[in-house]
Amino acid sequence: MNSTVKQSEITTKYHLPGDLAIWVFIFAELLVFGIFFLSYAFSRAGNVELFNKYQQTLDTTSGAINTLLLITSSYFVVRAVTAIKSGDAQRCVNWLAAAIAGGGGFLVIKVMEFADKFSHGVSLGTNTFYMFYLSMTFFHFMHVILGMIILAAVLIKARSGGYSETEYTGVETGASYWHMVDLVWIVLFPLVYVIR
Amino acid sequence: MKYQSQSVAKLYFIAAIGLFVGQILFGVIMGLQYVIGDFLFPYIPFNVARMVHTNLLIVWLLFGFMGASYYLVPEEAERELYAPWLAKLLFWIFLFAGAATILGYLLVPYAELAKLTMNDLLPTMGREFLEQPTITKIGIVIVVLGFLFNVGMTVLTGRKTVVTIVLLTGLTGLAVFFLFAFYNPVNIVLDKYFWWWVVHLWVEGVWELIMGAILAFVLIKITGVDREVIEKWLYIIIALTLISGIIGTGHHYFWIGAPSYWQWFGSIFSALEPIPFFVMTLFAFNVVNKRRREHPNKVATLWALGTAVMAFLGAGVWGFLHTLAPVNYYTHGTQITAAHGHMAFYGAYVMIVLTIISYSMPIMRGRVANGPKAQVLEMWSFWLMTVSMVFITLFLTGAGILQVYLQRYSDTPLGFMVVQEKIELFYWMREIAGVIFLIGLIVYIMSFFVKHDDEVTA
Repeated sequence: MNSTVKQSEITTKYHLPGDLAIWVFIFAELLVFGIFFLSYAFSRAGNVELFNKYQQTLDTTSGAINTLLLITSSYFVVRAVTAIKSGDAQRCVNWLAAAIAGGGGFLVIKVMEFADKFSHGVSLGTNTFYMFYLSMTFFHFMHVILGMIILAAVLIKARSGGYSETEYTGVETGASYWHMVDLVWIVLFPLVYVIR
Repeated sequence: MKYQSQSVAKLYFIAAIGLFVGQILFGVIMGLQYVIGDFLFPYIPFNVARMVHTNLLIVWLLFGFMGASYYLVPEEAERELYAPWLAKLLFWIFLFAGAATILGYLLVPYAELAKLTMNDLLPTMGREFLEQPTITKIGIVIVVLGFLFNVGMTVLTGRKTVVTIVLLTGLTGLAVFFLFAFYNPVNIVLDKYFWWWVVHLWVEGVWELIMGAILAFVLIKITGVDREVIEKWLYIIIALTLISGIIGTGHHYFWIGAPSYWQWFGSIFSALEPIPFFVMTLFAFNVVNKRRREHPNKVATLWALGTAVMAFLGAGVWGFLHTLAPVNYYTHGTQITAAHGHMAFYGAYVMIVLTIISYSMPIMRGRVANGPKAQVLEMWSFWLMTVSMVFITLFLTGAGILQVYLQRYSDTPLGFMVVQEKIELFYWMREIAGVIFLIGLIVYIMSFFVKHDDEVTA
């Protein structure tokens, strides 16, 4: 009897939020971005002047707003998880919708930023800095979209009563992925936009 | 066997093994031509032997994939095949077209074959691995579409499982990307660019889905582990394959005239390509360790574990060896590529087909598993072929490293043919390993003819 209690305590203590599969996926994604960041650093070391020069053409303000948007949105999914843990599916749905809206705001600002760069004739082939800037931010952009799709799937299931205070793994799974999207941006933004 | 129509797979598997023998014979001939240049000249010149060797490989693997699909789809969908007669008809069409094409390669000069088959009307010939006359290519499209229709209808009107959905996705991709074989732009950069959409997106994209699905099916059957567990693994493997493999195409775009950013994209994404293969190894061993039953077909388990390990080594490790642009700058198109090609094809695709044959053939012949004698013989063939393939790969890698150094890296680089003579010893050793592989293949075939006095019946 005593040992059963201990066992459950241990499980609570080391509880992995969300499905194990999403963590394998998250680590694979982080590895891709990690290699991208290392390649950027390696490449910059050989071209510091070029990187500094073109880094100044980036719009730091919109980057900063986007950072705030993603962090806020990440906070919203935390609230969604808390809500479902207390059995309030409707509040969970609302917070998820707010988080998705945050992601949507990010996409709008990012599209405007891309449009501005493209209108100035910037492309992958312009120079190494722009190659990294465009490919890394676009790759991240696609992840924001994927994250929103995952959150939307969770939202739909939550609305139809698919989760409860005892069964909320799916919500945690979506939230974990969304935090990853956020985390990558928190590294990407200073690295590409700010650090000189 | 649960459904009568599954037995069409037997035809496909027998043809696959027959063509496999042809492929290896030509491999051994060609291996000898590396050191005795005029062996069998002018009857079978090196370029013809190479074409037959590679084309037979592709065709027999396609037979294997089709056979595997015809076997596993009815069982997964829990219904008979939509049109068993179509499967039989397409088999004979495919076998006839394949045989005619190979005979065409062997009996007529290639330029003559192009004329005979009216290549001018829609020129698609003359490109590595896609040498087939246009009419054969059209035949392949018809056969594959008919096959997809048959398998697709069976899946869609029956029980849908993750295994069949993944398999169907892979097979559809196989058909779609083959269509780029018909696109033959004059610009040689564009030509190569889209040529890789067939070659790379097959073997490092959609074929991996087919492999994953077949492996998952066999593991469900022989281990009795919960389907949900196996399906989750399959999802992860597919996601990782597609993340790394699609943009990984860029590792072929380093030096063909494509924009230079491909050197970054190709290096970064293809460096991750070993990961799905590594996960596949973890998957196979994990599932076999958690097995809930002792399936009497031990040798099928051996093949399943073998394919996971060898695919990781051949495709993953040997691929990574020369995938980074700064390394590939020196190794491109040397024997290192040949080493990778041999072990990757054997480990991933030859072995997965042999896995499903090993699992399903006894069942189609009316028993759960072969008797111990036949299984032991088949295990011998497993080790003979696998170990000799490891040696073929090692000798070619040795030859490749020397070649890179002598021909491209040293301060006084030597000419191509001078270097080829200097690395002759490696080619001799490769040839010996190749002969042992052929012996392994003969042992494999013998294992089908062991008298089954002690066979296991259900």
